[in-house]
Amino acid sequence: MKVLQIVEAAYRGTIEEQDDTIVWLTHAMKGAGGDLDLLLRADAVNYAVRGQDASGFRVGSWHQTQPPKIENDVAALLPKGIKVYAVSEDTDVRGLSASDLVDGVEMVSHAGLPQLFAGYDQLWHW
Amino acid sequence: MAKYLLIESRGPFDSGDTRSYYDLAIGLAKAGDEVALFLVQNGVMGTRIGSKDLGLGAAAAAGVQVLADDFSLRERAIPANGLIDGVSAAPLDTVIDQLAEGRKAIWH
Amino acid sequence: MADRKTLTFALMDAPYESTRNTTGFRLMQIAASRGYNINVFAYEGAVMVPFALQEPHPNAVHGRDVEEENHPLPKDWVTALFAETEANGGNLDWVNCGLCVDERGAGQTVAGVRRGTPGDFWKMAEGSDNTLVIPTR
Repeated sequence: MKVLQIVEAAYRGTIEEQDDTIVWLTHAMKGAGGDLDLLLRADAVNYAVRGQDASGFRVGSWHQTQPPKIENDVAALLPKGIKVYAVSEDTDVRGLSASDLVDGVEMVSHAGLPQLFAGYDQLWHW
Repeated sequence: MAKYLLIESRGPFDSGDTRSYYDLAIGLAKAGDEVALFLVQNGVMGTRIGSKDLGLGAAAAAGVQVLADDFSLRERAIPANGLIDGVSAAPLDTVIDQLAEGRKAIWH
Repeated sequence: MADRKTLTFALMDAPYESTRNTTGFRLMQIAASRGYNINVFAYEGAVMVPFALQEPHPNAVHGRDVEEENHPLPKDWVTALFAETEANGGNLDWVNCGLCVDERGAGQTVAGVRRGTPGDFWKMAEGSDNTLVIPTR
């Protein structure tokens, strides 16, 4: 079974979780033998952008020591054999070009989604 | 040809992203796939006759089967026999039918 | 039953914050009534759905006492779903994601719920006729 994880919601509880929970889940399922790839769309295309910095959150004497490093987590999918796609219209409208993204992300147009989807048994939209 | 079940739970007047979801349904239909767009919860908000059509009409015209959860319609006092052209009321059982059929299913 | 299907659902929402869980339970009720086998992977906030310490309350705005209000408790939906599935010859496997349970202190659940991992979700999905992920926002 081959699954395409589709991530749309971005920065949803990521400081609190110290991860994006779906990028994390993708790593975890891969480790458990899953055959998955990842599609970033809408605001989640920003997850592949270089230079994100979420450090510095504190409440009183509590300081976050492990801020999320989502671009690293996205990039780390690739050597595991997980393809990472981003919807080009969604990057364009957000003023992003391929050079703003971590290496290895494949761009797919909205019009190309049917063909992309055809290669997967299931599509899990988070 | 693949079969798809696209479930839209967001209202078109509340979420700007519903338009791209309708466009996805249209794109899949134009690619030759069989597509059902099942509207549930606030996803039915655009089905009332007289509401501004933000893409459901185009989806229906492209051959997408556009269905609206009868409970969600009733909950919002949208008469099942007063829906915009191309949209039909349907029981939620339809979703289970299509899942059991093995359709690729996406919830938005 | 020759046509007993197995469906897997992933839920993410905590109780009371979204209609998505209600729709999820409406779907699972239909599946249960058909005698299907149902798998549920409760991820993140959804691990609070079967939390055993939920308590009902009255509704002073409507002048209803606790009994009259009969306020829905999602944990009761979980218990009822176990019963409905069994009554129709199917099986419900409800897995709470373990790390999500830990960070929320949600370890006390109604009977039947088990703790698991993302690997369990993958196995459930592989063994099912189909899987529906109901995301949060």
